[in-house]
Amino acid sequence: MKMLFFLCGLVSVGFVLCISIYLFVAGIPAFKVIGISDMLFGKVWLPTASTTEPSFGILPFILTSIWGTAGAIMIGVPIGLLTAIYVAKAAPKKVATAIRTSVQLLAGIPSVVYGMIGMVVLVPLIQRTFDLTSGATLMAAIIVLAIMILPSIINVSETALSAVPAEYEEASMALGATKEETWFRVTLPAARSGVATAIVLGIGRAIGEAMAIIMVSGNVANMPGLFKSVRFMTTAIASEMSYAAVGSLHRDALFSIGLVLFLFIMLINLGLKFFIREKKEET
Amino acid sequence: MIINVQKLNLWYADNHALKDISMDVPRNQITALIGPSGCGKSTFLKTLNRMQDLNPIVRIEGEVWYNGNNIYDPKMDVTDLRKHIGMVFQKANPFPMSIYDNIAYGPRTHGIRARAKLDAIVEKALKDAAIWDEVKDRLRKPALSLSGGQQQRLCIARALAVEPDILLMDEATSALDPISTGRIEELVTQLKKKYTVIMVTHNMQQAVRISDQCAFFLLGELIEYSDTSTLFSTPTDKRTEDYITGRFG
Ligand SMILES: Nc1ncnc2c1ncn2[C@@H]1O[C@H](COP(=O)(O)OP(=O)(O)OP(=O)(O)O)[C@@H](O)[C@H]1O
Ligand SMILES: [Mg+2]
Repeated sequence: MKMLFFLCGLVSVGFVLCISIYLFVAGIPAFKVIGISDMLFGKVWLPTASTTEPSFGILPFILTSIWGTAGAIMIGVPIGLLTAIYVAKAAPKKVATAIRTSVQLLAGIPSVVYGMIGMVVLVPLIQRTFDLTSGATLMAAIIVLAIMILPSIINVSETALSAVPAEYEEASMALGATKEETWFRVTLPAARSGVATAIVLGIGRAIGEAMAIIMVSGNVANMPGLFKSVRFMTTAIASEMSYAAVGSLHRDALFSIGLVLFLFIMLINLGLKFFIREKKEET
Repeated sequence: MIINVQKLNLWYADNHALKDISMDVPRNQITALIGPSGCGKSTFLKTLNRMQDLNPIVRIEGEVWYNGNNIYDPKMDVTDLRKHIGMVFQKANPFPMSIYDNIAYGPRTHGIRARAKLDAIVEKALKDAAIWDEVKDRLRKPALSLSGGQQQRLCIARALAVEPDILLMDEATSALDPISTGRIEELVTQLKKKYTVIMVTHNMQQAVRISDQCAFFLLGELIEYSDTSTLFSTPTDKRTEDYITGRFG
């Protein structure tokens, strides 16, 4: 019986190992052929060019993913944190419950639905507002991502804020601080490792998202610009994998993008571990 | 008189926890509140800086006059009031920040930003709370790394840093060892030169040692209030006598 549990445990370990190894094995050859710096810092992605020399620069994807994630964090974190403070500290019980329920629903919406709504509502809106030829831009993707990461930011930071002992807040109020001052200057700093965890989770979610943003970002391999159509690391893989010929350099290069994405996510997880460890040490 | 309480009644929902309390607290003296557990000492103390406002089930009637203003007047600026009437809690509750930031918290909240000024306030408060020598080399260290007794003196320093008139202390020494308790008692005796202290204590020797006035509470009522030596030598109420001679409580 014990053996069965062990084997089940082994399954996930096995999958992680297989996927990691496969990504390295499949992702490295293109780097070898094209050259690490030509690939990482190349600004032109023309994998199937026939009249000219094909070009395999993936910098546009890397930067787009970074800008997209950073933008989503810049919008999503303030909104998410303020919501969390409101729900944890200020909202009447009924309102808090209503918000919590909506946030849970938000978390459950499939990303393709976000993409669809973004496509029919947000993209035309941006096109009209900024008078662009197409509204399918990095900006649209950032807004969709910002909404998608709200649930993890709100949930995790609300839990952290609620766990701050009431004594800290009482001490602050007794010194003549207002409630608002107390939330921002005592409660939030006291919950900082939980809040940092929330942000890192949000980053992880944003950088790994593909489906929702492929539908609103125009999917063109431009260097990123707020009002340009762009392609992310994830969306490059998702959109090109189906037609990249087996055994071609194009296909290998897509695996290299996968490897880079994988390394980013590993980095983020390391960050997460760090904040969780810090939290344990605090208590 | 720095505080004048008139017919103060307080209910926690329908639990009538303070009944018709009237008392005057003299300036620059130490006033002790004693009485058995659950008699309403903490409840009373928290009415004096309106900390009861934080509890939505509390209802209060009556008046508390401080410097010629009724603090329960709707026009009262509560944050300003709490700046003048500081509080030290039973359980030391330093913020999870550095020692320096703990002390500077109050002054910063009230708009002091200049570094030199903050430095001076922090040093003075820590000296007034008799903890400066122990922490002066580690002001940037987390306050939670201090011992329990040090944390409590730090909390006193934090309250002093906003220069209150009155310091409310709720069993500030009950969680401490005799040596830390002794230091804090000594400190409180020093503080009355500049501040008025109102303290809850369960320790009757402590009340005798350091207080000038003493108020005995029982079941939400103020039974007897007089200067400490009178209250302990010739109590007028039988219940006070029973309590201080240890027949109940
Ligand atoms: N937050 C609260 N909510 C409801 N009832 C309360 C609350 N705080 C105190 N009470 C009630 O008010 C009464 C007085 O309590 P209080 O804490 O003031 O007593 P105390 O004299 O400080 O006791 P102790 O010496 O144990 O600290 C008690 O009956 C208590 O149950
Ligand atoms: Mg009490």
